[in-house]
Amino acid sequence: MSTDHEKFKQERARWKKTTAVQFKDRPVKFMTTSSVPINDLYGPEDTQHIDFYRDIGFPGEFPYTRGIHANMHRGRLWTMRQFAGFGTAADTNQRFKYLLEHGQTGLSTAFDLPTLMGRDSDDPLSEGEVGVCGVAISSLRDMELLFDGIPLDKVSTSMTINSPAAILLAFYICVAEKQGVPASKLRGTIQNDILKEYIAQKEFIFPPEPSMKIVVDTIKYCAEQVPEWNTISISGYHIREAGSTAVQELAFTLADGFAYIEAAVAAGMQVDDFAPRLSFFFNSHLDFFEEVAKFRAARRIYARRMRDKYGAKDERSWKLRFHTQTAGCSLTGQQPFNNVVRTAYEALAGVLGGTQSLHTNSLDETWALPTEFAAKIALRTQQIIAHEIGVTNTVDPLAGSYFVEQLTTQMENAAEEYFQKIDALGGVIPAIKQGFFQREIAAAARQYQMEIEKKERIIVGVNAYAETEEKLEIPILKVDPIVEKAQNANLKKLRAERDITKVRQTLEQLKMAAQEDRNLMPALIDCSRAYCTLGEMINVLKGVYGTWREEPVF
Amino acid sequence: MQRKIRVLVGKVGLDGHDRGAKVIASALRDGGFEVIYSGLHQTPEMIAEAALQEDVDVIGISLLSGAHMTLFPRIMELMKKNQMDDVLLLGGGTIPPEEAKQLEGMGVGKIFGPGTDTRDIVEFIRHWAATRVA
Repeated sequence: MSTDHEKFKQERARWKKTTAVQFKDRPVKFMTTSSVPINDLYGPEDTQHIDFYRDIGFPGEFPYTRGIHANMHRGRLWTMRQFAGFGTAADTNQRFKYLLEHGQTGLSTAFDLPTLMGRDSDDPLSEGEVGVCGVAISSLRDMELLFDGIPLDKVSTSMTINSPAAILLAFYICVAEKQGVPASKLRGTIQNDILKEYIAQKEFIFPPEPSMKIVVDTIKYCAEQVPEWNTISISGYHIREAGSTAVQELAFTLADGFAYIEAAVAAGMQVDDFAPRLSFFFNSHLDFFEEVAKFRAARRIYARRMRDKYGAKDERSWKLRFHTQTAGCSLTGQQPFNNVVRTAYEALAGVLGGTQSLHTNSLDETWALPTEFAAKIALRTQQIIAHEIGVTNTVDPLAGSYFVEQLTTQMENAAEEYFQKIDALGGVIPAIKQGFFQREIAAAARQYQMEIEKKERIIVGVNAYAETEEKLEIPILKVDPIVEKAQNANLKKLRAERDITKVRQTLEQLKMAAQEDRNLMPALIDCSRAYCTLGEMINVLKGVYGTWREEPVF
Repeated sequence: MQRKIRVLVGKVGLDGHDRGAKVIASALRDGGFEVIYSGLHQTPEMIAEAALQEDVDVIGISLLSGAHMTLFPRIMELMKKNQMDDVLLLGGGTIPPEEAKQLEGMGVGKIFGPGTDTRDIVEFIRHWAATRVA
């Protein structure tokens, strides 16, 4: 953006001395949610190193700073994809149908903790957790109930599953098979991002190396058999929820993405054969401009690296597609209706940042899973942004703002610094083993909390405008403990009914595939068809690969 | 000199949300206590065992999985069995007020919900220790 920078500098100094000096700032720290200090004013000199054509450009064109499609939300609104799941497969099936009836356009499945950790509902360690924070899926039988009456060639389904992602994908492929839908027609996503499990979410099972091998197996298998499937949703969401700053979320997530790309290339794949099916998943936190800048920086960094470092030729490989979820960690237990407002601003940042899909959190989520009512307001929030407030009329309306462009570039540079640090530690997996990410995130979480306690950061209803003797007056969703009993009874019945010889045979085949380092997907699909349980398959793999424990740091 | 108050901060069950546990652990350490952090994915048995071995005065359990009504009673049972009547059990996480009250009625010293100031936890433990000695 060309202006006479020298002149601007002088003029700004003059303005500061003569005009601005008459006004005193409030005695607060002006900083982003990530504690990045913010100046009183931005102008041409702050963007003097930014070249419009090189760094900003046109939407739909390299480096995609302004969005991956030429007309963005004018052409197609983002997918409103509300994450849902609780209780038994039949309970969640009902919620899915409810959401589809109310205009939701894609499904997103939350699994319970036993499923996420590869344990069956009747595993002793699953007690008390079955169906509590997601749906319980222990075998193909549960998956059949989950998608009963939902034609899999008509919906796209996102599954938030990581360590056992390959197995849940196998279940999904088998359900489709029973519906007569070929795998080539399936559309959806498995999160399948194991690196951020070691970094932040901590739902890991196997050590990092075999986990990466399984991820590469799914990438390879889908490239050939399920070409419309998004094989990894490389996730910053959980990194941010664990307490990272926006820059850490940006840098660590992209570093994970590049690690998957390098692993798949090392396994003999061509980057353009799989990169178009990689997608990202970011958090949208409270600081509006910082979030918009983060999304814009993410697209620019990714496009540059994909083209220039990894040699991708297919334009689809350069485009960073992403899902956004508003920040659960920004919600307060106090005065929960305020959370609707927080979520709306966060969602707006996601939309103006050019998201492809969006989940808005519900007002009651600091206490429990959302009630149907709370989930509906969250969906309506998205619909209001889409249709009422005018922000979808033009593409990337914040571009060209001195502040936003400067912040975008600043975040890009800060992310590049982190990439160098990670490289110096030997890459993502060695950095995980050294506890690097874990320490960085814990320190940022601690700082955030301290800022709140010192009131350098104000949270309405918590450390300001609090109501003493506040009573929680919203309904709370309770998962009936009967769910666990019902689920275990179903599982017992399944174990009795299935052909045990087939179960043993397919599990043995799976073990051999793992030992011989073959692609596990075909064996997992055979196991699923034979109604082997999730826990049985995971246990076979634990026998071959071992398990992982982290060194706790705080 | 009196020995420092020893606190075991524990994560029980399959839940991997450790942000709160770590923030609390470091705040308690800064508050002058001796802090042991269990790490993730512990069973109630592992917590009771660690609490005995480390001879702690306080156990603080962080739970964001919704399994609190199963896991807290189990921990209390094990504490009783091991005659840890003089150990204070605290909790925190996504625990609705109604269930927090139930757990406090069952013998949990206090449940600290979302938005708690860490200094209130430090103060609570100090006060408990002072009245225990007196």
